[in-house]
Amino acid sequence: MSESPKTLAPSLLDLIGSTPLVELPRLSPKPSVRLYAKLEGQNPTGSIKDRIAKAMIEAAEASGQLEPGRHLLEPTSGNTGISLALVARLRGYPLTCVMPSNVTEERRRLLRLYGAEVVDSPAEEGSNGAVRLALELAESEPSFFMPFQYANEANPRAHYDGTGAEIAAALERVDVLVAGLGTGGTLMGAGERLRESFPDLVVAAAEPLPGDEVMGLRSLADGYVPPILDVAKLDRKLLVSGEESVAGLRLLLEREGLFAGVSSGAVIHAALRVATELDGGVVVCVLADGGWKYLSAEFWDADDVGAAMERSVWW
Amino acid sequence: MAAVRIPPTLRAEVGGLRELEARGGTVGDVIENLLERYPQLAGQLYSEGELATFVNVYLGGEDIRTLDGLDTPVYDGETVILLPAMAGGV
Repeated sequence: MSESPKTLAPSLLDLIGSTPLVELPRLSPKPSVRLYAKLEGQNPTGSIKDRIAKAMIEAAEASGQLEPGRHLLEPTSGNTGISLALVARLRGYPLTCVMPSNVTEERRRLLRLYGAEVVDSPAEEGSNGAVRLALELAESEPSFFMPFQYANEANPRAHYDGTGAEIAAALERVDVLVAGLGTGGTLMGAGERLRESFPDLVVAAAEPLPGDEVMGLRSLADGYVPPILDVAKLDRKLLVSGEESVAGLRLLLEREGLFAGVSSGAVIHAALRVATELDGGVVVCVLADGGWKYLSAEFWDADDVGAAMERSVWW
Repeated sequence: MAAVRIPPTLRAEVGGLRELEARGGTVGDVIENLLERYPQLAGQLYSEGELATFVNVYLGGEDIRTLDGLDTPVYDGETVILLPAMAGGV
């Protein structure tokens, strides 16, 4: 019998990070390419966002910006809100999340169970609408403290110190890092840390192709580039459709028994595209969450997967 | 000839079309060819002569900023996608 590696933790927050890395041999397109997945769904609330929620709150408390009596506010399509809800609950802050009205019900319900307030932003404006509305609310009410994952340096730093350092410690060689592009935190932070250990690293972003119904911006100038994202630090930036993401999810389930969230399907799709172009090497995929919060979504059984994906914001 | 996909925000400017065809040897040429027919798009796509930061252009599903930018070569039958930069972050 092997010895259990589990330790006794003083708090759930101490269980954030140090997630497992697993090889995906049945998904690798050729024997000379080794494919690994970092299972971020194994964080306490089930997503990679636990890392940045903890880091942003601790940084704000340490700098004196966040004190008891303040009210947390954050635009999110779900996971960051849920992670902040855990930290807020343990640290004693009330939390309001601004989310597009068309995100899956699981995310909304979980936030309410944690005691967070949910403010809807217009579905047709996608995540950009949640950012816009949260910025307006923060300006109108001084008691709000907005960690603002899109511009908070503690976000990429959590991935530099955590995600990236953990991968560098676990593997002797990494040629490609693939992660989903949202705020850019994972790609910037883990990418920078891994490039220090592996200077020829290719940092590849998997980016969602938004459905027409969630792109209802008045003009292209309403587009939003997160301040922490420096596109010049990405080597590849690959657009992945909803259908391709779901195909990636099904491959993960069928070949490796891994039940993952929508962005992970996109990451796998992008990773396989890059992997087939390689003669050999090591490709690490960061899988941001498990599939649980998407179980109610129509796409699992839909005849027209593309149409089912069009109507919502997934990541 | 390349296909150019138009985001919902710009469709009113091109007669409601989701996709149209344009000619050019590079992504920049393809966009110029589009602007010859729809000059009103220029103000939405460019800022001070450069592709605006809030506009993303993809060729073969890859952002041209990680390829050769507007100089990226385009071959017959390829698809150029224009999109506004969208916040993500789950």
